[in-house]
Amino acid sequence: MRLADDEKAMLDGKEGPARQKAMDLLVRYGEALGAERLIDTNNVCGTMGATMPFLRDFAATHGIGLDAVFSEFSLDSAEVVEIPKVKVYSCHLQQGMDPVHAEQQGIGPQAVKLYRDGAAFFGGLGVQLLNTCTPYQVGNVPVKGEHCAWMESSAVIYCNSVLGGRTNAEGRESAGAAMLTGKIPYWGYHLDENRFGTHLVELEVEVKDTADWGLLGYYIGEVVQEQIPVLSGVKYVPNLARLKHFGAAASSSGGVEMYHVIGVTPEARSLEDAFGGKKPIMKFKYGPAERKIAYERVNSTGKDRNVDYVMLGCPHYSLEQIWEVCQLLEGQRIHENCSLWIFTPGAIKHVADQNGYTKIIEDAGGFLMTDTCSAVGRVLPKGTKIAAVDSAKQAHYLPAIMGVQAWFGTTFECIQAAITGRWSGGLQ
Amino acid sequence: MKKIVLRGRKVVGGCAEGEALVTTHRISGWGGIDPRTGIIIETRHELRGQSFKGKVLVFPGAKGSSGWSSQFHIARLAGAAPLAMLFNEMTTKIALGAVVTHAPAVTDFDQDPLQVIATGDWVRVDADNGIVEVTKKSR
Repeated sequence: MRLADDEKAMLDGKEGPARQKAMDLLVRYGEALGAERLIDTNNVCGTMGATMPFLRDFAATHGIGLDAVFSEFSLDSAEVVEIPKVKVYSCHLQQGMDPVHAEQQGIGPQAVKLYRDGAAFFGGLGVQLLNTCTPYQVGNVPVKGEHCAWMESSAVIYCNSVLGGRTNAEGRESAGAAMLTGKIPYWGYHLDENRFGTHLVELEVEVKDTADWGLLGYYIGEVVQEQIPVLSGVKYVPNLARLKHFGAAASSSGGVEMYHVIGVTPEARSLEDAFGGKKPIMKFKYGPAERKIAYERVNSTGKDRNVDYVMLGCPHYSLEQIWEVCQLLEGQRIHENCSLWIFTPGAIKHVADQNGYTKIIEDAGGFLMTDTCSAVGRVLPKGTKIAAVDSAKQAHYLPAIMGVQAWFGTTFECIQAAITGRWSGGLQ
Repeated sequence: MKKIVLRGRKVVGGCAEGEALVTTHRISGWGGIDPRTGIIIETRHELRGQSFKGKVLVFPGAKGSSGWSSQFHIARLAGAAPLAMLFNEMTTKIALGAVVTHAPAVTDFDQDPLQVIATGDWVRVDADNGIVEVTKKSR
């Protein structure tokens, strides 16, 4: 790989051992990719604390500090180096717990201390503690063409497709190294020629709410895997929540990091624009039969209809989604055998508190939580066996990670399940 | 015994040999494996319940969460990582994942490893030279 002078200087240790380790990792990573060079970035999103379940165990067993956690898990360095302040604009993604609801989540005081220590440590380094999988919902909104280094597959696909920012799906180590150096391999979605569509998807059924968009994404992801689908036949402009659910699903059943919606997303003003003048390598339709297949796949673990947990907020809920839930929930009471947890970024929770939404949810017997989700934090209400979710992504991961059954349906069906304790959803 | 040689491009250097574990399904890292044991946990995956610990893992590529690398990173520290990784599709997830796993890894083969290698075959990986030698399991 060709390195610029400032990059060589960092690799030679002229900016200290941490940036040297960071540059060493970026070179190993860039060479693995076959990248020719690095590119400057001033927008990095990653996760780096020790609040995730396995990291908590690691920190507890090794009795180590956050310099060591960052050295090993963010720089791939067994040698512990002192971590300097970040060089570029850097945001923290989701955490492994909500410290305010630690009791409900079954999180002990020692883990909460890890969270607080992490906040002080990373805040001190200049990392913005957004603590969400959806940085684009709380102020980090890349501009079209902006080179980013983001983790979180659902955020990566949103950044590339909806905003026209440019990022690959970075990992914990490359995001950590990018924060310290302001560099990332110039490869993949940073280059124009890799951003064109590969597959044409013709919609033959109306796609309406977030659940519909989730099903569509879940189906497409499995077909195209890591390639770039182009959607035609979308009859109206979907909102943030719908595209968020679509992308999250497509990047779970497959590895989709970019898509186009003709006439909607910024790099797809027309079919020619989306495919860069080339022909699609494959065309397929999405009609009632495909929708049914997706529904059955995403519901493959749901068996028992007595629901004991309803989880909303994967990816983290927008204020609009919280408002919608509150309209369904106001004056109602959640069934005594069921819990309702809704996850949102801390900044949105602040507004929800102000709007009285948190009170509506709590009066009904639910909780509005921040920072994490059930799959990432491995946090469930005690004794959960059957969950209901309105996210295809969560329905994909939660049973695998936690060994529970999951029903997938609309937000309305999930709220009904919370109120009645029964799953009565079905494909409409 | 029949030996087959594949040539590819080094992703991560080093040499290793062992038994192959082959899948035509892409692998999810976070939410797809248990990094403490190397067991595949994805609900509808064909290798669900099997571990890649100590195996030469042969697969099309990575999918899913960007936590791919961190899960394989944890697997290495837990002693549950694959011995080597052979794959077809280059992505940032798998490149970074292979780098932090510190196991030899090769891609861009002259023949499709998914066609040539079967689970149980003995595989020698010389990633520095991009050479993979396969001894077919006697059937």
